[in-house]
Amino acid sequence: MILYIIDICYLVAVVLFILGIKLMSHPDTARRGNGIALSGMILAIVASFFTPGLNNIILILVAMALGTVGGLYFAKSVKMTAMPQLVSFFNGMGGAAAALIGLVEYGDLPVDEVGKGAVLMASLVIGSISFSGSMIAMGKLQGVIKDIRINKMLGFTILAVAVALAVYIIASGQPQPVLVYVVVLLALVYGLAFVYPIGGADMPVVISLLNSLTGVTAATTGLLYDNKVMLMGGILVGSAGLLLTLLMAKAMNRSVANILFTSFGTAAGG
Amino acid sequence: MEDIIQYISENQQEFYVFILAVFVGIEVISKVPTVLHTPLMSGSNALSGVVIVGSIIVLGKTAPDNYAALTLGFFAVLLATLNVVGGFAVTNRMLEMFKKKPAKK
Repeated sequence: MILYIIDICYLVAVVLFILGIKLMSHPDTARRGNGIALSGMILAIVASFFTPGLNNIILILVAMALGTVGGLYFAKSVKMTAMPQLVSFFNGMGGAAAALIGLVEYGDLPVDEVGKGAVLMASLVIGSISFSGSMIAMGKLQGVIKDIRINKMLGFTILAVAVALAVYIIASGQPQPVLVYVVVLLALVYGLAFVYPIGGADMPVVISLLNSLTGVTAATTGLLYDNKVMLMGGILVGSAGLLLTLLMAKAMNRSVANILFTSFGTAAGG
Repeated sequence: MEDIIQYISENQQEFYVFILAVFVGIEVISKVPTVLHTPLMSGSNALSGVVIVGSIIVLGKTAPDNYAALTLGFFAVLLATLNVVGGFAVTNRMLEMFKKKPAKK
């Protein structure tokens, strides 16, 4: 019975998410949309507490209390002009959380579950990229990190190696705890190499793209658990975020490809 | 390869949801005005914090003596909560700026 109720709560939460985003795209209703999306999120969180066999409830509550205090503190104390970097910071936290879930899950996953393994690797790689990329984007907007030129091919090579290793880990049919950490490390480095060469003025577009990536990791985590609220919520953010990225680039009279690859191109000449 | 195809066919429902959600996501924000780009980015960022559900489940099913997994799970919950709470709070603060002025069409 309780399982059915959880599922229905998740279903309602998804509807609230969609409604929330929908309302958020009109100036008159934007605040209400935010509130509706928040109520959906609270419903999803409360429902997940009723998952059968849930242990460590106190530990979960402590972590959530710390996160709530920290989140509210940052959100209230940061200056209005520093908002984009804060969004980037929060976005990185979401990506990191997804990567951490992937790391814990890898320990429990039977090696012969190739499909789930692939989903898990995607979760790890994209989450790590989103985390390190968001941190660099935040640093750049804050003016702490200067532009550094990194060869385009170097970045792609790192990503290619990470993906190849991930495929190898799944195909090997054996637990590879060390290699998993290597994959995460490479993905983190790729996130750095991806965002470093992009100019500060283009950062909002990049943050939007990273936001979309975090959505995708939330969705892959949802696939891992057969959890529809994460799947649906994540993909919603993934696709809405991608469209938003394109719209933002268009509003700046730039193309996304231009933003992402021009600065790489100049570096690759050397 | 065969395993992947088998996985997709076993989880058809999920993949249908996946594909439909892509179109829903595009559809709901397709008419967003430029002024709302940043708040919408922030709002959808808060939504991607839905990964908190996964982190609660992962920490909740970890054995109480598996300290490495407990630590990772603890941070997963902590960071995801930061994402959710901070995300919604920041979005709300941004949108407060729209309150005083008459809404633009």
